[in-house]
Order: sequence, then C-alpha cells, then structure tokens
Amino acid sequence: MRRRQTPSQTVGPFFAFGLAGEQYGYRFRQAASGTIAGPDEAGQRIRIVGRVLDGAGEPIPDALIEIWQADAAGRYAHSADGRGSNSGFTGFGRVGTGTDRENRFIFDTVKPGSVDGAQAPHVTLVVMMRGLLTHAYTRLYFSDEASANARDEVLLGIAPDRRDTLLARREDTATGPVYRFDIRMQGERETVFFDL
Amino acid sequence: MSESVRDWNSQPPYDYADYRSTALRAPTRKLVALRHGLSERTGPVFGDESVVPGDSDLTHNGRVNGEPVGERIIVTGRVVDEDGRPVRSALVEVWQANAAGRYVHSDDRHDAPLDPNFLGAGRAVTDQDGRYRFVTIRPGAYPWGNHRNAWRPPHIHFSLLGPTIASRLVTQMYFPGDPLLAFDPIYLGAPAGARERMVAAFSPDVTSEGFALGYEWDIVLRGRGETPVEGQGR
Repeated sequence: MRRRQTPSQTVGPFFAFGLAGEQYGYRFRQAASGTIAGPDEAGQRIRIVGRVLDGAGEPIPDALIEIWQADAAGRYAHSADGRGSNSGFTGFGRVGTGTDRENRFIFDTVKPGSVDGAQAPHVTLVVMMRGLLTHAYTRLYFSDEASANARDEVLLGIAPDRRDTLLARREDTATGPVYRFDIRMQGERETVFFDL
Repeated sequence: MSESVRDWNSQPPYDYADYRSTALRAPTRKLVALRHGLSERTGPVFGDESVVPGDSDLTHNGRVNGEPVGERIIVTGRVVDEDGRPVRSALVEVWQANAAGRYVHSDDRHDAPLDPNFLGAGRAVTDQDGRYRFVTIRPGAYPWGNHRNAWRPPHIHFSLLGPTIASRLVTQMYFPGDPLLAFDPIYLGAPAGARERMVAAFSPDVTSEGFALGYEWDIVLRGRGETPVEGQGR
C-alpha cells in the first residue's frame, strides 16, 4: 500500500544534546562527528571549514551540518555501491556551528575521488537549523578540480553566475589543504540548494 | 515507481512567514532539481553497534540520584518507505524537553525546573520490521518568542537516517488531542492533510499495565529510488 511521507520539521535550537552531545559537552554519546577520516585512511587528508550565513550576512550559531562523501577512490560505504569501500571509512560527518568562536563547522576528512570518473569530486551537505522547516541540500566542489568541474553535468546545469557558490576554495596551510566553504542561506550570493 | 523524491504536498515549504525564524534563514531562490546518481542513492550505514543498551530508555539514561519526574510513556512505531516496506537499521535519534517543558540545552532560558535525572536524549536502530521503541517521560509544553503568548505543543524531536542521504528526515512527534497544535506555526507549516501524520496515536496495546501509557507512531521515509538512472552514478 502506498504511504505518504511524514513531513519534516525544524531541528530547532536545542538539538545539540541529542545529535552532537560530545561536541557540545553533554553526557550523551554522539553518532557522528567532524572527524570522518581516521589517521590511517587512504587518500589526501583535507579540512573543510565554513560558516553558515543568514540573510543579514551574520554567521548562524545554531546550524547543524552533515556531510556525505565517497572515499579517496570515489567509493561509497553503502550497498548500492557494489565496488566496496575502504573498511572503516563511513563517509558521514556531523557538526554543529555552536562550539567554534567564529561559528564555523570543521570537518577533517579525505578528499573524495570522482564517483564514476565522469563526475567531479564532490561532497553532499545537509543543512539544518532553527528556521528551516525542511533541511536543505547542497554540494561542495573543489576549486582545484577546475577541469573536472568544467565537465560536471550537475555544475553545468546551474546558471553560470551561481556555480561558484558551490566551490570550496583551497588554501594551503602548514597542516595541509583547507577548503573554505561558506553557505549563504539568502542574498545575492545565495548558495545553490538542490531538490533531490 | 518509487523514485525517491521529496513530496512537496507532504513537506513544509521553506518560506513560511508565520514561523518568524524563517525570515533570514529560508532559501529564497528556486531549488535546482538534481537527478539522482550514486551520491543520492547511498547514505550512512548504521548497525546494532551504533547503540548501547539503555540508549532507548530515557527514564534511565539520565539518572544521577533517582528517577526522573513526570508521566512515563512508551513511544514505538515502524519506519517504512512509501511502498510500506520496513526500513531496517535506520538510526533513530530523539531529543525532548522534560516534564516541566525545559530542555537540558544550555541556551534554554525557560523558567521551569531542570530535572537532575532526565537528559532527554535517546537513540535506537530499527529492527527487521523497521520498528523502534523508546521509554521516556511525556514532555511539557513551553513558551517561545515567536508571537504573543506562543507555546510549543509537547513534542519529541526525531532524527532519521534511513536507506539513503536523500531519505534523511528530521521531524517532530506530537500527542493526540492537543489544543496547542491549532496555534503552532511549526506544526502548521506542514501542509494540511500531511501534518496530521506527525500526531501519534494513543495505544492501549502499547500501554504497559501499571507502568506507562503507550503511543504508536509510524514514520514514512521517501522511497529508495532503486530504479537505476541512466547516465548517472556507477
């Protein structure tokens, strides 16, 4: 029998103790964190850092960001990906913006490979916060993958003047590459959000 | 048939002025349609090792020196997809206010007592039938600043990680017969005809003799979108 979807509701302002207990210092174990790749994970280790900005350009201190990505070889740790991924790499991370002084989210991971050789490397982001009745989906692409990005079908389907809202900018630091990716909920440079 | 799309006749819009926090946060541009490839047909996998015994009993997992105060309840139900198939091994995370309507969260300034023996957070992984079960305390209503004399109806927040990242759902469970529902812009933000699916049913069968009232609440996630899409993924 066909069933209809349960509606979404906002994650609200008080998710921290339930969804990110350790990050926020509550005595409840969390299911995921900002550390996605352990020290032995194969691939180029990277850091993804960003803020979530509201329509007034202010950083949002109570957003929750989840990321989902393939491993360095472009494989997903999921049965729909028949190739089998590296053991131990879940590809999933979750961080709230309420514990960093600048309200940043920070993910330590590896750079994903191209999923099928045709798509540019990318990361799926789920954006949740008070004021969003339904979560928003976006994608992060890498600024140093210019030729792959130029051929990516999803990027090519986006108006050229909005594509760069999905580009994380690489900065090289003493501890390795850092990709900066701010998410703008509104405004002239509003991030592209997907209906998926 | 079960192309895994968001059903906008069931899902609330981003732009919903009655809920004031949407004003500066809701996306304003049209969403870009994304054909599902492998990135959308996959998602994080959780198993029994994701939970430890006691995670689903909120009347125990926050105890310090006694029992939490309030009305004990049992909340159970099945997580299914739009074809009615059980969603197995879904990670179900819940959080809620205590019986007085106060959250443990340090940002909650509502002048109601904290309960030293109640945390208000729990976790479960669905079984072979897609079933989850929590024992908890019925949460209280609490005021919020959305409009004059605004009170949230008692609710339990639910986070679901099901078969794929596309079927991600965060929602809230409400209680039957609650007069506050008719005034709550978050509940009303979901379309009429759909919002009622967020209200649990009282269940004499789930109710435990001499111990706790029982509520049954099924959650329907998007289809799995197993139909391969040509030219994408793999």
